[in-house]
Amino acid sequence: MNSVILIAGARLQAVLLLVFSAYMLLRGHNAPGGGFIGGLIAATGFVVYAIACGTQDARKALRFDPGSIAGAGLGIALFAGVMAVFWGDAFFTGQWLFIGATEDSKGLPLSSVLIFDIGVYLVVLGAVLSITFSLEEAV
Amino acid sequence: MDTSTPTRWITPAGLIPVAIAGSLFVWFAQMIPVIAAGDTLRFLWEWVPSLGVNFSFYIDGLSLTFALLITGIGALVMLYSARYLAGHVHQARFSLFLTSFMLSMIGLVLSDNLLILFVFWELTTITSYLLIGFNHDTLKARRSALQALMMTGVGGLALLAGIILIGTTAGTFEMSQINQMPGVLTQSVMYLPILMLVLAGAFTKSAQMPFHFWLPNAMAAPTPVSAYLHSATMVKAGIYLLARTHPSLSGTDVWLWTLTIAGAVTMVFASIMALRQTDLKLALAYTTLMALGALTLLLGNESGYTITAAATFLIVHSLYKAALFLVVGIMDAQTGTRDADKLFGMGKAMPITAIAAGIAALSMAGFPPFLGFIGKELKYAGAIAVASEPIIVAGAFLIASALMVAIAGIVSFRPFWSKSGTPIAGVKEAPWPMLVGPVVLASMGAFFGIFPDVLANSLVNPTVAAIIGNAEPAKELKLWAGVNLPLFLSIATFMLGFTLYYYKIQIRTALIRMTTAAPSFDNGWDTLMAGIASGSKALTRMIQTGVLRQYMFVTFATALVAMGATLFIRTTGIPSVGWPDIELWDWLVFLLVLLGAGLTVVTNSRITAIAGLGVVGIGMAMIFILFSAPDVAITQLLVETLVVVLFAAAALKLPELDKERLGARPLDALIALGFGVVTTIIVMKVTAGPIDRELTTFFETASWPEAFGQNIVNVILVDFRALDTFGEIAVVLIAAISIFALLKSKPEEDKP
Repeated sequence: MNSVILIAGARLQAVLLLVFSAYMLLRGHNAPGGGFIGGLIAATGFVVYAIACGTQDARKALRFDPGSIAGAGLGIALFAGVMAVFWGDAFFTGQWLFIGATEDSKGLPLSSVLIFDIGVYLVVLGAVLSITFSLEEAV
Repeated sequence: MDTSTPTRWITPAGLIPVAIAGSLFVWFAQMIPVIAAGDTLRFLWEWVPSLGVNFSFYIDGLSLTFALLITGIGALVMLYSARYLAGHVHQARFSLFLTSFMLSMIGLVLSDNLLILFVFWELTTITSYLLIGFNHDTLKARRSALQALMMTGVGGLALLAGIILIGTTAGTFEMSQINQMPGVLTQSVMYLPILMLVLAGAFTKSAQMPFHFWLPNAMAAPTPVSAYLHSATMVKAGIYLLARTHPSLSGTDVWLWTLTIAGAVTMVFASIMALRQTDLKLALAYTTLMALGALTLLLGNESGYTITAAATFLIVHSLYKAALFLVVGIMDAQTGTRDADKLFGMGKAMPITAIAAGIAALSMAGFPPFLGFIGKELKYAGAIAVASEPIIVAGAFLIASALMVAIAGIVSFRPFWSKSGTPIAGVKEAPWPMLVGPVVLASMGAFFGIFPDVLANSLVNPTVAAIIGNAEPAKELKLWAGVNLPLFLSIATFMLGFTLYYYKIQIRTALIRMTTAAPSFDNGWDTLMAGIASGSKALTRMIQTGVLRQYMFVTFATALVAMGATLFIRTTGIPSVGWPDIELWDWLVFLLVLLGAGLTVVTNSRITAIAGLGVVGIGMAMIFILFSAPDVAITQLLVETLVVVLFAAAALKLPELDKERLGARPLDALIALGFGVVTTIIVMKVTAGPIDRELTTFFETASWPEAFGQNIVNVILVDFRALDTFGEIAVVLIAAISIFALLKSKPEEDKP
């Protein structure tokens, strides 16, 4: 599809969707969102981009092979689970760190749970794109 | 392999295995005093204690005897191979395989935990597959290797099932503990299944009739492998298993008769088949079968005589059979043939080989003062003491032993000293690394024959104690036991054996004529394999039609029948629900879904159908929103969007929906409507009862204090049930890889 409007729109949209997906990923623990939804949103951005500009450009924009992204995501998720073992807890026990916590606020909460969710995000993104790209290249 | 030209054989690949085997032998040998004193050793590392899986190793007389045979013969065979395969392209690979095999075998005989034993059992199967198929460029080697793998592999699976049954029946997988619980298995209702499964494992591994045919075929392996695996070690793994489980499985009629019949039939059949062979290695292979049969038969019993006979014969046989295999390997290497009708008069050229062969053969034939004689006397004494049919068993031993005398002559007298053929010219004595094995093994047979007490006190008595406990002391090993029935049977054996040797050519011709007419197990194997292959092909063609509609039809029809039948059988009536209290919004969504579904069904255009499905999906998402499940709704919306995009990409290339095929729609409609009705009834029934809110309450109260999250759905996904999520994303990844592979692989006819 060679449409200037679609290409321009898709590029802009992809950027917005990527930022939005990161937002959804990070807010997930307390509000609707999370790794799965975030991953799907990011994937949608690239899928539209691929339709507008072709999968070759989309692959270039993605920089990494979608299969590798998914694989890395699974590895990160596994790492987040294994982390607990270093603190002597059972596999997949959430580990938390509250930076700058005071009496009233919890400061900046960081956790192995977030790392796990990032893993989920990457797996979903990579898997969906791997399927979409190869499907579009096949037909 | 021509060993006359000097080849560099002192290489790491050749000698490291010798060092490993040798040092293990020394390590085991220094345990002899402890074990001989009646103690046992046990090592334990917990692995998965919750499942009862431990790395536990147990050393008693039985396992020590096996460990010494494995490492001792192993060291000699490896020294032999270092020279035999010197300069071979894949010598390092061979050494690796052989060493791995040895270590698996040691693990097998030392394991106390049955599950660990099974792991090692399978490792010996795999390593022996690699060793038999070592000459993988020949079809015969590949076929034989695969045959051995399949036979012993199937047996291994049966054994695993048996082990699990033993574990659940006895409550532990530690064999040393199970053997301390008399009757725990024999009096259980599961006894018969356990016995059959364990025997299936033991009989396939130890090549009992009718699973015997893989063993002669395994002679496709290089000779050192045959000497090691198919005489002294791997095929004895089944015997080891029988001996190890003897305390807890024996003592019943089933055990006695199954082992007696299988052992006796194998023994007699194998010794007759041995006489038929012209290939010396094959003849030895069949005598190994005979020995395995004899050991099985003896282990069927529980008397002191039979078990002592089994323990002694186990050692005797390993010593002389490994020696003779190595001798045949030397003949093969020096002359290029193993044909009994071509090898004559080599005695003067290779005196050391000839003498070693002679001593080993005398032990095999059971002449005094060699250990074989004691072994044979004990076998006869044991036969008389069997609980089944002493006369028939003794007769079977008599036939088999007489045939052994004849085979011993054919293998080690005729090639060296017989004048009945043209002597082979220009033969040289084998290099010393290849002579050490046969000479040491043969002299051990002679040494233990003259000093039987050494063997009895160090290994035989502890082995017997390990098998039958202290119920009955081991019988004494002695050369001269007085004038008794076994002695007369021995004399009869020699007379019959000499006669058979004298008429060997005539007998062989007759046997060849008979056996070529009879159906062969080996061909039966091929037929079976071809049958399995074509059967599975036909089945695949039947269920894998490649038409997506049929797959969907079968899937939904099956689910419908299963759900409908369960609903009909388990519950009665349809709960009446009052007119639902719903808003205008709900009605609009309901209408939207209905419209979408209707559009999908009636249209002929794929794009329209996809859009219709999308409408249904979005309607579902709106229902989720109305019921305050934003996470689910967002996911549903996104997935719907992606599915429509994906389908659209594919649909552009697909033809219009085929109107001809639409004739099948009434049936589809029926299934769809049925599915809808059944699902609705289920939902009505579920919502009619009170809802258990225990989990909901737990997550509501625990989510914030314990997991610091307010979005319960997300907290469940990434924290409370993170392991499930991990499994799910792994599945997502696997699905992506599979689809990728499907799309990237072209149909076969497209390939160049």
